[in-house]
Amino acid sequence: METNSLTTKDNIFGSFVQNLPPSQEYLILSFSPGSIPLRQRWRNNCLSADFLADYLSTFFLGNDDQQPDSQKQAEVKSAVSYIANELLENAMKYGLEKSPFPISIQIHLNPELIIFQQTNSIHFEQVQKFQTHIKKLINGDPEELYILQLEKSDGEQSGLGFLTMLNDYGAELGWKFEDLPQESSEMAVTTMVQLSI
Amino acid sequence: MMEIKTENYNVVYDRASQSIVFDGSLRLNGSEEYSSISELLDHVLKDEPEKIILNLKKLAFLNSSGISILSKFVINVRKQKNIQMVVLGTTKNPWQGKSLKNLQRLMPYLKLELD
Repeated sequence: METNSLTTKDNIFGSFVQNLPPSQEYLILSFSPGSIPLRQRWRNNCLSADFLADYLSTFFLGNDDQQPDSQKQAEVKSAVSYIANELLENAMKYGLEKSPFPISIQIHLNPELIIFQQTNSIHFEQVQKFQTHIKKLINGDPEELYILQLEKSDGEQSGLGFLTMLNDYGAELGWKFEDLPQESSEMAVTTMVQLSI
Repeated sequence: MMEIKTENYNVVYDRASQSIVFDGSLRLNGSEEYSSISELLDHVLKDEPEKIILNLKKLAFLNSSGISILSKFVINVRKQKNIQMVVLGTTKNPWQGKSLKNLQRLMPYLKLELD
């Protein structure tokens, strides 16, 4: 995902691989933020996440000579489905509905590493808050943050998406913020999730 | 309300067996959409049972908002004290092997059985 911006004010946080080396298998889904209400679009998270997991499971751990370990395959498929769903939920919740900038999710398969990259637009005014949240995630202990988040009094959103990826799946997370010169009130944010399998 | 039945998931409380059984796939958006489930769980607590069995074996998918709701329920059970808590799960639904152990961290004497 590249922009034609002349002002490369990229802000990178966490573990973010800038130029992904080509992987054998990958899949990219890109779609418009949407014109129908969120509630109706929400079901597409499930469809997309399960489709991604299903499609890619063909390639998981496919050593031609050996029988694939079906328990391990099931685990990888479940992990892909969970992480993809969380990333898409975030895009739906925090991305800008009216933006011309598409939501996209890519998954790259390598023998021992799956890399997710999900991009959506975000309002300029939300960037500071998001970056503060990211810094807390990077600098804190995921286990402690997880418990703290739960003990907090009820907010509408759980705030557990990234924490479960870190804590339960041992994933590495990174983020990149880029200008969108065509839309001065928006930026593009890319979340990268690296999952060892 | 002791049971919630929808196209994608069901939640049923059976007082006789002290079980709350979840099945299907749960990926609702935020605490507002989870509110009827939260209410059912609160209702179970108000009953002041001696034991609660949370049966998640047939719950094939749970998003982070759902994990949060179940976790908060466990915290409330812990606060109520004197309630024996058992969580039943299965490795056939791999997410359970990853995420349910956190419930034990929230309530150390919670019994987690994963088959």
